[in-house]
Parts: sequence; structure tokens; C-alpha cells
Amino acid sequence: MSDTVIPYMVKPHPITGLPNGKLGIWLFLASEVMLFGALFSSYVLLRAGAPHWPPIEPGEAAKLSSELLNVPLATFNTAVLITSSITMVMAWASLQLKSLPKFRIYMGATIALALVFLVVKYFEYAHKFEVGHFPSHDNFYGIYFTMTGLHGLHIVGGIVVNTYLLTAGSKLWNTDPEHFANRVENAGLYWHFVDLVWIFLFPALYLL
Amino acid sequence: MESANPEEIKKAVRSYVVVFVTLLCLTFVTVAVSYLKLPRPQAITLALIIATVKASLVAAFFMHLISEKKVIYAVLSLTAAFFVLVLLLPSLTLYTNSGHLG
Amino acid sequence: MSTQTTTHGNGNGHGAAGAHGAHADHGHGAHELPFWRKYIFSVDHKVIGVQYAVSALVFLFFGFTLMMLMRWQLAYPGQPLPFFGRFFSDAVMPGGVMQPEFYNQLGAMHGTIMVFLGVVPLAVGGFGNYVMPLQIGAPDMAFPRLNMASYWVFLPGGLLMLSSFVMPGGAAQSGWTSYPPLSDIATVGQTVWLLAMVLLITSSLLGSINFIVTIIQMRAPGLTFWRLPVFVHAQFVTAFLLLLAFPPLEAASVLQLMDRLAHTSFFLPSGLVVSGELLSKSGYAGGGSPLLWQHLFWFLAHPEVYVLVLPAMGIIAEVIANNTRKPIWGYRLLVSSIIFLGFMSFVVWAHHMFMTGMGTAMSTFFQTTTMIISIPSVIILTCLLMSLYGAAIRFTTPMLFALAFLPMFAIGGLTGLPLGLTASDIYLHDTFYVIGHFHYVVAPGTIFALFAGIYYWYPKVTGRQMNSKLGKVHFWGSFVAINGVFMPMFFQGMAGLSRRLYDPTVYAHGRGVQPLNVLISWSAWILAVFQLPFIVNFFMSLRAGAKVAENPWRSTTLEWFAPSPPPHGNFPTQPVVYREPYEYSVPGQTDDFHPQSAGKA
Repeated sequence: MSDTVIPYMVKPHPITGLPNGKLGIWLFLASEVMLFGALFSSYVLLRAGAPHWPPIEPGEAAKLSSELLNVPLATFNTAVLITSSITMVMAWASLQLKSLPKFRIYMGATIALALVFLVVKYFEYAHKFEVGHFPSHDNFYGIYFTMTGLHGLHIVGGIVVNTYLLTAGSKLWNTDPEHFANRVENAGLYWHFVDLVWIFLFPALYLL
Repeated sequence: MESANPEEIKKAVRSYVVVFVTLLCLTFVTVAVSYLKLPRPQAITLALIIATVKASLVAAFFMHLISEKKVIYAVLSLTAAFFVLVLLLPSLTLYTNSGHLG
Repeated sequence: MSTQTTTHGNGNGHGAAGAHGAHADHGHGAHELPFWRKYIFSVDHKVIGVQYAVSALVFLFFGFTLMMLMRWQLAYPGQPLPFFGRFFSDAVMPGGVMQPEFYNQLGAMHGTIMVFLGVVPLAVGGFGNYVMPLQIGAPDMAFPRLNMASYWVFLPGGLLMLSSFVMPGGAAQSGWTSYPPLSDIATVGQTVWLLAMVLLITSSLLGSINFIVTIIQMRAPGLTFWRLPVFVHAQFVTAFLLLLAFPPLEAASVLQLMDRLAHTSFFLPSGLVVSGELLSKSGYAGGGSPLLWQHLFWFLAHPEVYVLVLPAMGIIAEVIANNTRKPIWGYRLLVSSIIFLGFMSFVVWAHHMFMTGMGTAMSTFFQTTTMIISIPSVIILTCLLMSLYGAAIRFTTPMLFALAFLPMFAIGGLTGLPLGLTASDIYLHDTFYVIGHFHYVVAPGTIFALFAGIYYWYPKVTGRQMNSKLGKVHFWGSFVAINGVFMPMFFQGMAGLSRRLYDPTVYAHGRGVQPLNVLISWSAWILAVFQLPFIVNFFMSLRAGAKVAENPWRSTTLEWFAPSPPPHGNFPTQPVVYREPYEYSVPGQTDDFHPQSAGKA
């Protein structure tokens, strides 16, 4: 079994112009669009059905989302994620320029920025918990924690994959550089998608 | 996007940097616009437009869509259609028995 | 263990050197895999296909057993179950008498297990995995390790699902549809159901990506889109349905898990009163919408029913073409209808929700799309029926099941019409009419098609034929019994008998049709008995079945030109395709079939 050769694993298919992995990752992203789409859809429904949004705390005045959530921190996080997107694509470009050391720098930067994002998220969450705003507090916090939480899990997944590609996985560069470059590109497509989700999540939850 | 020559890659890198700066600017625009405290429908529309522009830049340049083959576009258009469908989903629950928005 | 790419010119690594490498494996001890890599964590699509099929059959029989228990309660409400009653704890069946909560568990789990652990894993994971790469002339799936991963996420998901029976409070008991608010506040078993669903959905997603990439990228030279067997088209569309429709249910499951574990109120409305107490007193904020769950659930669950039926139609097409010795009538029309059906399946979901108080604009929209979706189904059935016209039919065991599929699916489809029309659905919704309708499509429909597939492809998988006498006993007994189970349900439904009802005799209209419940239950138990010849046949033929060569059915499609069973890599030399898939009885040919890969002209 270890020797069954799968065609078009590295070289692109003559008609579709794609290697298998790239087509596969785009299909996966299609399913992810439906996953986050369903959550956005639920957010719209919950919000449209609420008499006030965010729901008014008993005995307090109405507040805006931007007053309940930390906009400066989230803006910073948005910049962090966008930067990690360019470092990710630069990591792939470094491989196209045949430089493994440059790849390592950019990939390392991507992972580091992703960790920064998570650390900032940790502080955001911790502060909310400190003042007793848990997901159960009301649907505003419920959907905020759920959507950013699921997004955060996707960031964690991306960190795991990218770390593998930076370390043990990079050995493939020595035996089959094109295959390795494809893997980095596919990981990059996933990573950009995670950035894309945040690009919509940030205004939807924090600003509107 | 297979092994292109160094010149093409350098050009691509230049476009990445331009897109990066644009994305950062648009992020600050998004936040700035929110301070204008526009009425809700306009605020949502504007925010969505800016987010869509940002997303398109990421998709076109970082995700190489601008140089990609037709098959990917086919997958994407299919997804876009179904995404719109699932997004319309909750609006259906807003209709009451008499067919009016409730 | 990465599969190295050897680039031979066109990038297809299956040139002579690659094949030589694959073949040379069997002689060299150095390349022999240990038992656990060959049979347990195998990446070979055929091993994985068998793993899926065997697991699914076990789950199917388990789900069937749950139903047989329910049928006792329905036929003899409140009576202690003879002999078997002693095996159940007093918590669920004190003195052998079924508790209502246990009845609900059986109902919810029967549906869940049959749909998600039985039919789809067998139809897609089993048949799709095993047959599709062979039918397209590929050496394996595009992502063999992903394939293995998808099975090994499915099995724990399935076992986790079953384990919910031993949780305190029992298994999930809010229907397979898990409607909130009930499911939000139900016992721990519901949380286990949700977690298991997340695993099953993940497995399905990995599998569907694999199927789509394999069919697009790895077809043999000459195998264009319009030369694919109907089975492959069906699997292709099914994979897209799974890819795009499952994520909303995954999202909904996440939301319900948050409701249950983090006490959010996504699906809990304000002011909800449970057992006389306001739910908000237990820390729930309210403000949620039960309808949101229904929309998200049915957005998947409607395409899901086409996932249940499309692979079956694919199998039927293969068996009919082969046993009529004629091409499929209207092949392109049939394939186009399958594709159109796939698209339409995404825009009909709210016909499951006609009774939720929706406005007429919405109900008219969904009624219309539902009527439209019946058109491709009818076209498909007509093409299959017309394929019989003028044929010299070989009444092999698979063909018997395939022939029965046609009228059974027709009954299922026709009885869907009064459900899709809002006016009549007002009366029939949530009655036994619905149960009769969908079971006709899935049980004497899809499951019969799956039996046809098993009898048909068994020789390819094992190198032996199943016994046809036992096969015919299995068929005729099942056919009569299964109609005895589901036909009376239409009459019960029209009399107004509700589904998910523990004791039908509490209502006068229920008492009126109670004798039918006795008929149905006995038919179900007789149906169980008639599965014994199948089980015996299945295992006995592994050792004692007549040995066969590559192509015992004299078929045209590519899988019959690999050895029985095929080795790793499937084909000794890469097949090339020269013609359409069903060139049977071609004038001027000596043989009554002209294989897809046979030499030019």
C-alpha cells in the first residue's frame, strides 16, 4: 500500500490546472464558508428578533456594541491578523525564490502573530469574565463568545499546521520542494480564509 | 501558481505589500466610520462594503485567485450562491402568520 | 509514509514503472505492511470501504432492533415484553413494560442511527469508497490518508452515539430532529448526541472532499464526464450535498451545545416555563428562537434525504443496465436530472416546517419548489423504467431488488405530494402518514438498492458469488414483509394517528386503527426473520460461495476489469476508456456487451 502512486499530487492536472491538494483545500474552504455563514445567519436572526441590541441590562441605559467590547484591542488584533496574512504569503513566496531560511523567518512570524492574536483574545475574554459577563449573560455575549471562540479554534488549528510545516514538515523541502511549496500554499489559503472571517466578524460584532 | 521566475515573484511581492497597506488603511477607515454613528441601515451597508473590498483583496492577491483557473471560480460561485441562501435563512423566520414582517 | 510522486510525462504516475512498483510489492517482504497497517489503519480505499460497510451493517441491524422494541409497545401498549424484557433495567422497562421516556429514546436513536450511522455510511462510505475509484480507473482516492482519517473519526462518533444509552437519563430522546426547547433542557444523552454529531459531520466533510477531488482529477484517460457510470455521477452530486449542507447543522450543534453547557439561550425564548417554573430562574437569559434550530437543521436534513437516495439510484442504474443487457434509457437526461435534483434539494427545506406559523408568502415559495423537485425524481424513475422496455431481463438477485426499488420509490415519492402541498399537510403533518412516506423511500427504496449493491458487487470484493436461492428467499420475504410494515401506516396517518406517540390507544382515533399496529409489528418481526438468510448467505459465501473470475455479470464498467478482489493500486495496467458506460447488445458485436476499456472500435 505504501507504494500506490496518486497522480496529480504535485503536478497540476492538465485540464483543471490544479494539483489535488489545492482543489481539496478550496472545497474545504467552501464548507467553512457555509459553517461561518450559518453562524452569521444566526447572528442576524437573533439580533433582528431582539427588542434592543445589545440587550439592555436591567436598571441601566442602552449601550452600543462598541461600548461593551474593546474596539481598540480588536482593531489591533485585526492589524495583527492582516500582517500575519502577508507574512504567510511571503513564506510561500520565499519558497518560490528557493530560500528556506527566508521561509522559516516568515512562517515563524506568522505563527508568532497568531499567538499574539490569541493572547489579546485571552485578555479580552478574561476581562469579560471578571465583570461577570459570561456567554450566558445574554445572546449578545453568547453569540460574541461563540463566534470568536470558534474562530479562535480555527486559529489554533492554523498554528498547529503552520508549526508542523515550519519544523518536522519542512524536511519535505529536501526531497520534493514543489510538493512542500504546494503544502505551504494550501496552508496559506486556509490561513487567509481565517483572516477573511475575522474581517467580517470584527465590524459585525464590535462596530455595528 | 507553480515555480515562476524570480522576476514574477518579485512583482507579486510588491503587490502583496500594496495590498497589505491598503488593508491596514481600510481597517482604520472601518473603525473611523463607526465613530460617525450613522443610522443603522447605512452603517451596516457601509461596513459590509468595506469588509467585502478587504475580503476581495485578500482573496484576489493573497489567495492568488486573480491568476487561478476556472475550476476554482466554479467552486467559489457555487459556494457564494449557497452562502447567500443560508444567509437569507433567518429572514424567513421574521414573517408572521399573516405574511407580514413581524 | 508519504506517497512519492513519480512524474512520468503527463504526471500520471501509473505508467509501467509505477505499476511495476505496485506489483513488485507482493513479492518483497521489505514492503509488506504489518497487520495493523494493512487491515486496521489501512489507507487502501477498498479496505476502508469494507470497514465502513461492515460497521454500517452492524449499526443498521442495531437500529432495526431498536425499532422492533418500539413495535412491541405500539402493538401491545403497556404489556410486558416477553422473554427479552428481563434484559432491560428497571429504569427503562420495569417488569418488562416500556417507559415513555425509553420509547422516546428508542425513537430518537432509531432515526439517528439509521440515517447517520447506517444508510449513509453504507451507501457513501461503503459503496462509494470501494466502487467509485475502480469505476473511474483510479489506483485509489486522491487523499488515501484523509480517507483513513474519515473512517476513524466516523467509528468513534458512532460508538459515542451508542454510548449515550448508558448515560444517566438515557440516550437522546427529543427525536432525531432534536428540536429545542426540549432538546436544550433534556438529559445528558442529548449532549452526547451533539458531540457524536460533530464527529460524524467532520468525518463526512473529509470524505466528501476526497470524493469530489478524486472524481474531478483522477479519471482514467478517455473517461470524460458524459462517459461516467450513473453511480459515479450520483456519488459526485451526493458529495457536494454533504460538503455544503452539513456545516449549518454543525453550526447549529455548536449553538445547542453552548445552550446546554454554557447556558446560553440561542434557542430558548424569553418567558419559557418548564414544569411550572420560569426557565430564567435557572440562569437562562432568554431571547432566543426555537425556529432558528429548525431552519438550520432542515437546511441540512433536506439535502440529507437526497444523500440517502441518490447513491441508491446510482446502484439501481448499474444493476438495471447490466441485467437488461441494454444501455440506460435517457442516460444524459437521467444524469442532468440528478444534478438538477442536487441543486433543488437546497431550496425546499421549510416544507418540513409548514406548521410553524409561517406566512403564506414563505409557504407558497416552499410548496412551489417542492412541487418542482418532484419533476427530476419522476424523470429519473421514468428513465430507469424505460430501460426495462424491450429487455431480456436476467432475474438475478440484485435485479430483483432493483426491480422492486422502482414501484417502492414511486409509492414513497407519490405519498410525498400531499405532504408537500400545504393544504393537505395541515392534516397529515406529524402523523404516521409521514412515517410511511419517508420509510417507503428509504427502506424498500434505498435499503433494497443497497442489498442489490451487496449482491452485485460481492463477487468483486470477495472473488465469490453469493447463493442465489438464499438471495431469492431474502428478497421475497423482505418484499412482502416490508410492505406489511409501511403500507398500513398511510391509513393510520389519514385517521389522524400522531407519530412519536407512546400509547396510541389513549385516543379514540388511535384505538380505531390499533389492529393495524399489530399487523405492522408482526410484519416487522417477520421482516427481521427474513434477514437471516441474508446474514447466513453473506458469511457462508465468503468460504463456500462459487468462485468467480473478474467479470461474472458480464458488465461493461471499469471495476469489472480489475481482479476479484483487486490488489493495491487496483489495475495491473492503467485502463483507457473508449466509449460510453452501457454499451450492451451493440449491433455488429459478437458479445452482448462491449466494455468501456476494450480496444478501439
